[in-house]
Amino acid sequence: MKRLLSDKLAILALSILVTVMIMGLFAPFFSLHDPLEQNIAFKFAGMSWEYPLGTDHLGRCIYSRLIFGIRNTVFLAMLTMVCTIGIGVVVGVISGYYKGVVDEMMMRFCDVMLSFPSQVMILAIVGVLGVGIENIILANIVIKWTWYARMIRGMVAGYNYKNYVLYAKTIGKSDRFIISRHLLPNIFSEIIILATLDMGWVIINISTLSFLGLGIQPPFPEWGAMLSEAKNVLMSNPSQMMAPGVAILVVVASFNILGDALRDMLDVKGVVK
Amino acid sequence: MLEAKGIVKGYHESQGLFKKRHKAVLKGVSLHVKRGECVGLIGESGSGKSTLGKIILGIEKADEGTISFEGKSDKRAYEKEMSVVFQDYTSSINPRFRIKEVIAEALGKSIACAKEKRAYILSLLEEVGLNETFLERYAHELSGGQLQRVCIARAIATKPKFILLDEAVSSLDVSVQLQILELLKALKEKHNLSYLFITHDVMCVTYLCDRVIFFKEGECVESVDKIEDLKHISHPYSKSLLGAVEALEIPNFC
Ligand SMILES: Nc1ncnc2c1ncn2[C@@H]1O[C@H](COP(=O)(O)OP(=O)(O)OP(=O)(O)O)[C@@H](O)[C@H]1O
Ligand SMILES: [Mg+2]
Repeated sequence: MKRLLSDKLAILALSILVTVMIMGLFAPFFSLHDPLEQNIAFKFAGMSWEYPLGTDHLGRCIYSRLIFGIRNTVFLAMLTMVCTIGIGVVVGVISGYYKGVVDEMMMRFCDVMLSFPSQVMILAIVGVLGVGIENIILANIVIKWTWYARMIRGMVAGYNYKNYVLYAKTIGKSDRFIISRHLLPNIFSEIIILATLDMGWVIINISTLSFLGLGIQPPFPEWGAMLSEAKNVLMSNPSQMMAPGVAILVVVASFNILGDALRDMLDVKGVVK
Repeated sequence: MLEAKGIVKGYHESQGLFKKRHKAVLKGVSLHVKRGECVGLIGESGSGKSTLGKIILGIEKADEGTISFEGKSDKRAYEKEMSVVFQDYTSSINPRFRIKEVIAEALGKSIACAKEKRAYILSLLEEVGLNETFLERYAHELSGGQLQRVCIARAIATKPKFILLDEAVSSLDVSVQLQILELLKALKEKHNLSYLFITHDVMCVTYLCDRVIFFKEGECVESVDKIEDLKHISHPYSKSLLGAVEALEIPNFC
């Protein structure tokens, strides 16, 4: 923790993310307008006290849409991550701890899944299930969990041969005890790092698919969808791109910086005090 | 008390992408350890000593052969009577555990009262020459010798009858080695323990063991029933192991 605090950039990233999340949680409190409220008379308005970031082509407050967009963009990405890791941990731990035939079968299945190009698979799944954010999330989970299962299996297999695990097995400790006290706490930090580094990818993914019109449907605010709407007026009002573009950039960069910092921190010592 | 009969164990070794070759590690090993006895197992690196140890402990399954402990051959039935100390003390203790948690893990739920438990853990630490100040520490705050003492305390915490010492002193420096050996000897006398002492260092064997088995490439090549007879061994392999030590001529050890 101390090392993390001494890294100024990581602190900045962390505080940005915390601020963003608080704003997303209390969106109605931070926003100035209803994000769906249209006011055609004020379309493409510049910055003002009433509309801090101006208005879009339907006269909606961009600032308020950005704030409400946090819920869709960042929180849905986090939900995706939590589900992915949950499945990955269960499969990875079973595979890595019990080994044998189950392990062999699961890992071959993962190999098959991993050999498909992920973006194409996502598009295929959305194509089959239909457009909508639920399907985007589902597709993301289906694509990602195999990768996590493999990573986690590798970690578990490594800890499986640590002497303290061998000792616990010798004196007949239950599998539940060994998994919950020895294995999970040790792989947890590594999982957090992977997840943080991967959050950026998921956010971009959800935004990209919304940009293409496959995810969040208008009029609901989502950063990728906002970019998509802005692109229609790219020539006449290029500044429309700014707000959602910068928001995605800053949040994704923050997650990556934080992930890097966490990795540096935990790699060196490997021991959490 | 402990009896291993005809243990055979092999591993599949992958060669290239698809070919797998069976590699025999243990080729029909039999040995027995009596109550209160210390048996030394000497052999060169890679001869399968640790593998045999793991099979005796029940962590790995033998391909053939049986392990029986006081007549019982089911691991569940005798696992409470066995314990182990490994060579690599750094990975023997979970870095996230405090020392008291390490020993509490071994105790499990056998002592319900927290105060009683703490007192027992403390008495164990004192038995291995540590004190109260170590209770709250983590593994990385201890020296190698201290860690190995904690491992020994943990091993005797369950009141086992048999302890496997897999090169328990090999990675310590000589003066600490001697202290740990003395400690092991004292504990053995006090609790009437049996040891299987795996090592490749003949010196330690002469200090601690009653009997010695020479181990080579998965087979017992020679056994010496009285430690005093160690000079009269006949097999060239055991001689070469002893000779290697004499050639070093470490002055007045032990
Ligand atoms: N899980 C495994 N898979 C494949 N081969 C293994 C495995 N464990 C051990 N072996 C092989 O078995 C042989 C014996 O290993 P073992 O660890 O028992 O040797 P050892 O006598 O304890 O050596 P050392 O004195 O160096 O500890 C080695 O050749 C090793 O490569
Ligand atoms: Mg070994």
